[in-house]
Amino acid sequence: MSREPEMPGGYAEPDGWRPSAVQLERLAYRRRQTVRSGAIAGISTVVLLALVVFGVGSTPGWPRVRATFFDFHRGWEALPVVAQGLWLNVRVMLVCAVLIVIFGLTLAIMRTLRGPIFFPFRIFAAAYTDIFRGLPLLLVIFLLGFGVPALQLRGLPNQAVIWGGAALVLTYSSYVAEVFRAGIESIHPSQRAAARSLGLSHRQTLRFVVLPQAVRRVLPPLLNDFVSLQKDSGLIAVLGVIDAIRAAQLETAEDFNFTPYVVAGLLFVALTIPLTRLTDWVARRQGWYGAGGGAV
Amino acid sequence: MTARSALVVVAALAVVGLAACAPEEDSAGTAPQPSSADACSKDKLALKTAGTFSAGTDKPAYEPWFSGNDPANGKGYESAVTYAVAKKLGFEPAEVKWQTVQFNAAFAPGPKKFDLDVNQVSISADRAKAVDFSTGYYDVRQTVITTVGSKIAAVTSVAGLADAKLGAQVGTTSYTSLRDVIKPKQQPAVFDSNDLAVQALKNKQIDGIVVDLPTGFYMTAAQLDDGKIVGQLPATDKPEQFGFVFEKGSKLTPCVSQAVDALRADGTLAALQKQWLTSEGAPELS
Repeated sequence: MSREPEMPGGYAEPDGWRPSAVQLERLAYRRRQTVRSGAIAGISTVVLLALVVFGVGSTPGWPRVRATFFDFHRGWEALPVVAQGLWLNVRVMLVCAVLIVIFGLTLAIMRTLRGPIFFPFRIFAAAYTDIFRGLPLLLVIFLLGFGVPALQLRGLPNQAVIWGGAALVLTYSSYVAEVFRAGIESIHPSQRAAARSLGLSHRQTLRFVVLPQAVRRVLPPLLNDFVSLQKDSGLIAVLGVIDAIRAAQLETAEDFNFTPYVVAGLLFVALTIPLTRLTDWVARRQGWYGAGGGAV
Repeated sequence: MTARSALVVVAALAVVGLAACAPEEDSAGTAPQPSSADACSKDKLALKTAGTFSAGTDKPAYEPWFSGNDPANGKGYESAVTYAVAKKLGFEPAEVKWQTVQFNAAFAPGPKKFDLDVNQVSISADRAKAVDFSTGYYDVRQTVITTVGSKIAAVTSVAGLADAKLGAQVGTTSYTSLRDVIKPKQQPAVFDSNDLAVQALKNKQIDGIVVDLPTGFYMTAAQLDDGKIVGQLPATDKPEQFGFVFEKGSKLTPCVSQAVDALRADGTLAALQKQWLTSEGAPELS
């Protein structure tokens, strides 16, 4: 906003400059326009919302939908059970997330190594990503969760949660590896060249110059993968464990009321939003301003 | 197009759209009681498609309720009962049309495509708030099955099951019995289908499965090499029953209930149970 005079010609700069009559008119016009577009935007929003609310609320089936999906009392009743299920999602996600970052980063580095000696590593990393990115997660979960215990090998764990988690780690590592690789390859060659000319070794260049910038750049898509992981962690419920969605399903089966699902959804969203804000804040503190560059 | 005319067009479209997708009001009243038998004559029935008796069930359709995953062959208890009900209402077997209805889809709000759904659904007062039920066509007993040599193979009382890791299918009364009657110390394992539960039992990931008695017999006979029925859970004071599912307020409910009651009275249900469902040889758990 430009500085606005309290009254026409009411202020003067120290050097005696006053806005001309034309400029004052301009300012007034802009002010009027701002007010007008604000008013139109407000009215349009209210009208549209009213139309939607009226449209949905006046359908004959709405009371039934409200009772089936938005029954506050039923939701409150189901909350403890669903929250207990969510605790499993959170634990699985936290443990898997750490492992996925380690594996994903390792794969990405393997794939970006230069030199003929590293060819087998590059091939392995490429093949791994190709295969596990393509395989449906559910199949991987079944293969590990039911397939491995069926081998009846001594000494291997039998718990569904462990094998389900392993399937998540295998699949998501391939997604995250690609994200990291994109980040590493987006760092301009001049950065490497500069680091090498300062006498840093290959490893030091990667560790102190390339990776910090690369990771910072891919934080938002990384977070995408973790939010997605949080929801997919529920897929291990097919092995018999009870997560938030499964808990909601069990509640729904009692009286065919779907509100517990909505409760589970709200809990997931409540987890996701703070996580997003937190990563944005961390990225900004590290000097990441998105693709638009910093404040000019 | 200026912004203003665009706004007008959008508003007009919104109004038209709302009007266009405004559903017709259906009178969801309580179903009228049929005054006499002829209120349930074939031509007076409120069917989705005139002259067709549309029955729904889930896919896969499990033994011993259906046979060969084909509900239309009249084999298996629920298929046989459905055809018997249709016959009572005056339909030829060829007029009975089956459609696949996922377990959960049968209870979602809104109009249904089927006249009735038959899917081993237990009748309960809570569920009756969302759908209509016919009278029960089968009295359910819950059983625990396991494999020979498991830690619960020799258990004779419900208390002896408390330490075991047990499984059940999601959304079933088997799960509620497991939770409320056995009260296990470990969290029960819950599976999307009984097949997955059997898989976990074979892998020794769980010690036993809670299912209804006929399914338990089928599992131990056909799906498990070394299956064993541990026993039936104690009967509650209110017997659990499977019923046909209708959309809330269906005018068909009383007529089907009448047919089911008639089949029960003339011994047809008992005969069909004898034909399709075993019930001998499952001990009672104390």
